[in-house]
Amino acid sequence: MDWGQIFVISITAMVGSTTIIYALAALGLNIQFGYTGLLNFGQAGFAAIGAYSVAVVTATLGQSLWLSIFIGLIGAVIFGLILGIPTLRLRADYLAIVTIAAAEVIRQTVRSVSLNEYFGGSDGITGKYAREFYSFNPFDQAISWGPIQFNSAQASWITVVGWVLIGLIVLLTWLLVRSPWGRVVKSIREDENASRSLGKNVYFYKMQALILGGVVGSLAGIYWAIDAQSVQPDNYSSRFTFFAYTILILGGAARVFGPVVGSIIFWFILVFIGESLTQLVATGIIPDTILRSDQIGQVRFMLVGLALMLLIVYRPQGIFGDKRELALDDR
Amino acid sequence: MIKRVRVALLALLIAPLLSLSPAVAQDAPSGPAITGTLESPGGEGLAGVSITVEGNGFSETVTSNEAGEWQVILPDTGAYQVTLDVSTLPEGISLTSEDRAVTSATVISRERPKRIGFPLVEGDAPAAVGGGGTIGGAGFWGQAAQLTVDGLAFGLVIALGAVGLSLVYGTTKLVNFAHGELLALGGLLAYFFSVLVGLPILVAIPVAVLASAFLGGYVQNLVVWKPLRKRGTGLTALLVVSIGLALFLQYLFLFLFGGRTRILPGFAGQAGINIGPIAVTPRDMIAAVGAVVLLALTFWWLGKTQSGKATRAVADNPALASASGINVEKVITTVWVIAAGLGGYAGIMFALSNGVSWQLGVQLLLLIFAGVILGGLGTATGALIGSLIVGVFIQLSVLFIPSELKYVGALVVLIIVLLIRPQGILGRKERVG
Repeated sequence: MDWGQIFVISITAMVGSTTIIYALAALGLNIQFGYTGLLNFGQAGFAAIGAYSVAVVTATLGQSLWLSIFIGLIGAVIFGLILGIPTLRLRADYLAIVTIAAAEVIRQTVRSVSLNEYFGGSDGITGKYAREFYSFNPFDQAISWGPIQFNSAQASWITVVGWVLIGLIVLLTWLLVRSPWGRVVKSIREDENASRSLGKNVYFYKMQALILGGVVGSLAGIYWAIDAQSVQPDNYSSRFTFFAYTILILGGAARVFGPVVGSIIFWFILVFIGESLTQLVATGIIPDTILRSDQIGQVRFMLVGLALMLLIVYRPQGIFGDKRELALDDR
Repeated sequence: MIKRVRVALLALLIAPLLSLSPAVAQDAPSGPAITGTLESPGGEGLAGVSITVEGNGFSETVTSNEAGEWQVILPDTGAYQVTLDVSTLPEGISLTSEDRAVTSATVISRERPKRIGFPLVEGDAPAAVGGGGTIGGAGFWGQAAQLTVDGLAFGLVIALGAVGLSLVYGTTKLVNFAHGELLALGGLLAYFFSVLVGLPILVAIPVAVLASAFLGGYVQNLVVWKPLRKRGTGLTALLVVSIGLALFLQYLFLFLFGGRTRILPGFAGQAGINIGPIAVTPRDMIAAVGAVVLLALTFWWLGKTQSGKATRAVADNPALASASGINVEKVITTVWVIAAGLGGYAGIMFALSNGVSWQLGVQLLLLIFAGVILGGLGTATGALIGSLIVGVFIQLSVLFIPSELKYVGALVVLIIVLLIRPQGILGRKERVG
């Protein structure tokens, strides 16, 4: 057992790109679910639109990376409109079912064999398509800071950019929720009919929140595609959305920093458990008959499911949330 | 005391599943490699099957060993094509369809070999309910007739799930995202009782249905949902709980059962009986008759019996029902047991033609939702009609779109229906905003 190594890996994961991707996805959900009370279970679909826009426009069509990012963001707006128009007038659970179905439509479409030449089927698209982004890399070697060690100069650059992006979105969220707009969406979350009786166009505000959160979600996908220089359809299954929800509720919904803190803690715990179990199995402390090395991932996912159940029941406000901010029980 | 009972029941739930875990051992090769294990649906290794790996100017043909294992060490990572020589398969074993003999494999890792599997079945490729779908008969209308029959059978699978989901929603207002796992549980229990316990399949199926009604209905309600209702947990929170539960159960099933799709024994690879342009296997006929009987019993119970009337009263207004002397908790327990039994049978029916896997529930959950929404959330009759329409629509859409996209088509239609008629075909108009 090498506890030192386990800690270095876990602490590096706290600031690594996976943490950033899920923090972005959860920041989007925070606007939708945390502040407006919309049950968007299709965040994976928004992320997939961002990621595949980058990969298809650059790798398949040979266009500029910047154009592809722009298309990804516009795509998220259109997707939000398509989902919102039929469902935002209905009860909250309709939105949940339709968004999860729409995300699945996207995943199954991009992984289909018949559209292989555009989307790469189940293998996705891999290529050096983010060269334009990495040409701005100011680092000529991997940076390390205390116990945090990055693999390469590229990883250092994308991580720094990721945290700046998170900072900007946190700032935007903060400005939005203390603006009149923020007060209206919060009042919709608390009591839709009350805000309607005050003459607010509830449908319109909900639509704006859905689209805004979706655009942030597609940024998660765009970031992932640039970071990995590869997109794989099965990364955007409903598991992605469920993880983002766990992160949001863990950190505290309707808190500006909730998703960021949630993502950091979530990935620290998940990586720590994974690495510890891997070493325990490898050194034979846990025998093969109880747990094989290929089952460690499954145990981690079971723990996430359990954590989500226990959190929402016993501590719906998460670690830093305010219970009064969460009118979960009124719908 | 109650806590102890709960823990004991949980142990009971897990105990039979623990023994499902298959043993897999594979020596790791050095360098990039493609590997796999060829097994008959009964689990025996298939020796002497030849497999060719080509790509990047490299080509090698290997044959599988006694355990059915094969491995090709590659010169480098990259994209390769793996071809199984169908003529070398042993007598009585075939691929689910001929075009599955060639697959492409992208090898990325130098440490972990890429595993490639081939879907094998006993006998000739069977007609799959909602799965591959062999198209019988000649001409467009012959195909359409065959697909309609297949679609009705698939619709029955969805309906069994959807009626249960609808009953639970009607009485508790819970939108249960873990409902698919009831279907998976049924399939897994059928595999457990038929293959691991060794019961004949016609005995194993009723036993598995009863076991899933008990574990998935009675125990699930007692361990998870009843305490939450007592706590007064809100509906949105319950919805999120069901998602956590679905995630937990899926990976529990994967942990216990392994990642492969397994075939239920007994009926595999039957020849179809031809009725006009339509070919139906006796297996599918028996399964469909079973489904119709179960659904008829459910509707008879709901419409004619005392407890069925009590159920409808609770669905209508729980407070009033409780005030007029109906034991609401008892009604909800009954509903859970019935929903889990129906779901278990749906999982078995799907598994008979498509095999059992840990993902069975995920594959069907959204289609069940589509059926429920199409018919109108909360009405059992609507769920039945909506599901049959979804089933037939999915199978018929194969005439116009690639069959791998047929589920996508159904989900797109779901979104369009919500746009035009959000309350569904039979639903009551009830909307916010």
